[in-house]
Amino acid sequence: MTIGLEHYLIVAAMLFVVGIFGVFLNRKNVIVILMSIELMLLAVNINFVAFSTHLQDLTGQIFTIFVLTVAAAEAAIGLAILVCFFRNRGTIAVDDVNMMKG
Amino acid sequence: MALQAVAFYLFALVAVVAALLVVFARNPVHSVLWLILTFFSAAGLFVLMGAEFLAMLLVIVYVGAVMVLFLFVVMMLDVDFAALRGRVAEYFPIGALIGVILLVQFVMGFAAWSEGAAHRAAAATPTPADLPNAHAIGMVLYTQYVYAFQAAGLVLLVAMIGAIALTLRHREGIKRQDPLAQIHRTREEAMEILDVKSGEGLQETRS
Repeated sequence: MTIGLEHYLIVAAMLFVVGIFGVFLNRKNVIVILMSIELMLLAVNINFVAFSTHLQDLTGQIFTIFVLTVAAAEAAIGLAILVCFFRNRGTIAVDDVNMMKG
Repeated sequence: MALQAVAFYLFALVAVVAALLVVFARNPVHSVLWLILTFFSAAGLFVLMGAEFLAMLLVIVYVGAVMVLFLFVVMMLDVDFAALRGRVAEYFPIGALIGVILLVQFVMGFAAWSEGAAHRAAAATPTPADLPNAHAIGMVLYTQYVYAFQAAGLVLLVAMIGAIALTLRHREGIKRQDPLAQIHRTREEAMEILDVKSGEGLQETRS
């Protein structure tokens, strides 16, 4: 049997759903939430590359590079905010992020 | 073809299982390591699809930089991760429900999609047949998408400055060099000519 576009799309869909699931399952742990977001972005990238190679259009791969760039920036900023928050509060539990509450 | 199928199922299985373990691992350090395995498997899938450049980019940039950053942060923060686990059982049903709904939507969406001839005709940058993947990407990235490429560089620059600005702090009680003050010292305030009498120390002369 040959491996076609659908196989890759199914893998990407499964990874995306696992990422969404991780956000809900680890609602208190910001680090795992960030990792789940990385999983979702990876699923999106797999979709981009699958369609790009299937349709013989390089634009998808170019866009994947930009998605990788933004994901790297997001991870850096997110972890910096996390370190900042940990210094101020001594914890990273999402429930404790309530300083903006009136 | 059979070899390709075997490789695909191997990489896909490892990717999905490792992704599940990222979510379910008790220790975030293990989560990061499973995420690295997921990215490696995805890089394998990229190679199978024929996107070698992106596969190498994924391994070098993601596994080499971003995941190591995650690993450092997880190890540096002294957090009691057991306390953060808490109520997994409480969130499991809603998470599973949303996951199943999403998966059904994906299946419906993919089932409704069918490829027409227009899709191939509408290709913005058709893949050149005679060039290797990295060469072809370079031909497009530095010509047609050069402004987007520069903007991506700007995004990274802003992210770098932001990360430094957020995490840099000046601690109290640490001696720091102040080059401006050093340069602006004059001879009058740096030197003092004392007439020390014989038989007395410097302390007596000054007082």
